[in-house]
Amino acid sequence: MKETPLTATHIALGARMAGFAGYNMPISYAGINPEHQAVREKAGMFDVSHMGEFIVRGKEALDLIQYVTTNDASKLEIGQAQYSCLPNNDGGIIDDLLIYRLAEDNCSEGERAYMLVVNAANIEKDWEWINQHNQFDTKLINISDQTGLLAVQGPLAAKVLQPLTKTDLDALAYYTFTKGTLAGVENVLISATGYTGSGGFELYADAEKTPQLWQAIMESGKELGLQPAGLGARDTLRLEMGMCLYGNDIDDNTSPLEAGLSWITKMNKPNFLSKDIFAKQKEEGVSRRLVGFTLNERRVPRHGYTIENESGQSIGTVTSGTQSPTLGYPIGLGYVEKPFHKQGTNIFIVAGKKRLAATVSRPPFLRKD
Amino acid sequence: MIIEADKQNQLFLATPIGLLKFCNKPNYPNMEFPAQLKYTEEHEWIRLEDNNIAFVGITDFAQSELDELVYIEVETVGETLGQNDVFGTVEAVKTTSDLFMPVSGKILEFNPKLDENEGDDPTTVNQDPYGDGWIVKIELTKPEEVSELMDADAYRALVG
Repeated sequence: MKETPLTATHIALGARMAGFAGYNMPISYAGINPEHQAVREKAGMFDVSHMGEFIVRGKEALDLIQYVTTNDASKLEIGQAQYSCLPNNDGGIIDDLLIYRLAEDNCSEGERAYMLVVNAANIEKDWEWINQHNQFDTKLINISDQTGLLAVQGPLAAKVLQPLTKTDLDALAYYTFTKGTLAGVENVLISATGYTGSGGFELYADAEKTPQLWQAIMESGKELGLQPAGLGARDTLRLEMGMCLYGNDIDDNTSPLEAGLSWITKMNKPNFLSKDIFAKQKEEGVSRRLVGFTLNERRVPRHGYTIENESGQSIGTVTSGTQSPTLGYPIGLGYVEKPFHKQGTNIFIVAGKKRLAATVSRPPFLRKD
Repeated sequence: MIIEADKQNQLFLATPIGLLKFCNKPNYPNMEFPAQLKYTEEHEWIRLEDNNIAFVGITDFAQSELDELVYIEVETVGETLGQNDVFGTVEAVKTTSDLFMPVSGKILEFNPKLDENEGDDPTTVNQDPYGDGWIVKIELTKPEEVSELMDADAYRALVG
């Protein structure tokens, strides 16, 4: 089992550890609910160093990225990030990812540099896939093992981090980033992104320096209620916002258009993998949709449960489910056949012998006032 | 109790008993295994009273692995069930688990502190798994089955 630079730190903190995507990762420290609440109300820090990072550099770096992803990366200025998908050849999703357009300090004339951030479970698959399609004048470098990643999330995240850096964090708009020195660690990529819906920052740094960053941030956040948070809370936080988790809600057999990701599937850019399939789906529509739903009772929906209509016919499958710690009732995501995807439709979740009444409800489940 | 949630989910926490197979052995200094109780491999305990009456709950280890409980469903009050039959379900934030009868018996009562129609506080099980957090009171129909169950030392060896 692989470790992150902080695995020993988590164990020393008494975290409940488990294998995730081949890494020994913290699931929770104080409990999923208190960690979830800390992120919603104050701040939480996640070690997500298991995520993969690839550098794409060269004269045709943009051409490669445009060809293997669904969103329009030509829109990215230096210092901006973008959410996107890697499609396969059959209209499914190899992975979802973030694309960062990096500064061109180390580039020669005409070269561009990007960083792709991919799911830990898919690092090898993505690496092989992108390389296989790299018929461009561009080079890929896998920096996953040398790169640590901390996510400091929540309304007080800037307050926790600001004393540690000269970079003006409040000036960093959502989905932009900059390089800076933080807690004495140079060359930290400070990104105003996250997977919680509570705002905050993701900090990419040399793996070796990540423990130093963690310690300094914990110290700085002590008085503000910063809580170390694990993958358990990360999952409940993203689910309240209706964000997809690869392997649960999207995979090789789901189309981004079925998954509600048409906003990152851009047809007005040059050719890319599965473009024809997506164009057809956009024109003709898809037969099923990923929807959010809330339960009208106490049992909790789980990945793999069947979804039925009122007359008891199977119309789909649950892909994610949890008791929402903020809302106090069960929520879930799942694919249903059209027209059962419409807001307010009554559906039923089959949990063993029980049929649980649920209502289709457009995510995010948690709305800002 | 078998942790059954997210059965098909290879990526997140729970393979069938994923939560009970953590990489590091649990290191909870205050975890208790009272000597007067008997235990099952499914992480239930049973406490015998007089006249074949007993209380059944889940262990300290089970509650700590499940994390905070959000709902407990027992719809078998009045029924006579066999050993290992399902008598209820617990929902934690990330996991659903069935509850199994440690021995054959009739379900006499569902703890009103946990029942959604009364106290409705399932976290009582997290706070006091062997005391106020008992789940059902039963009347044993085959008391001889108790001898098949684990004592505290055997259970500790199983989970520790």
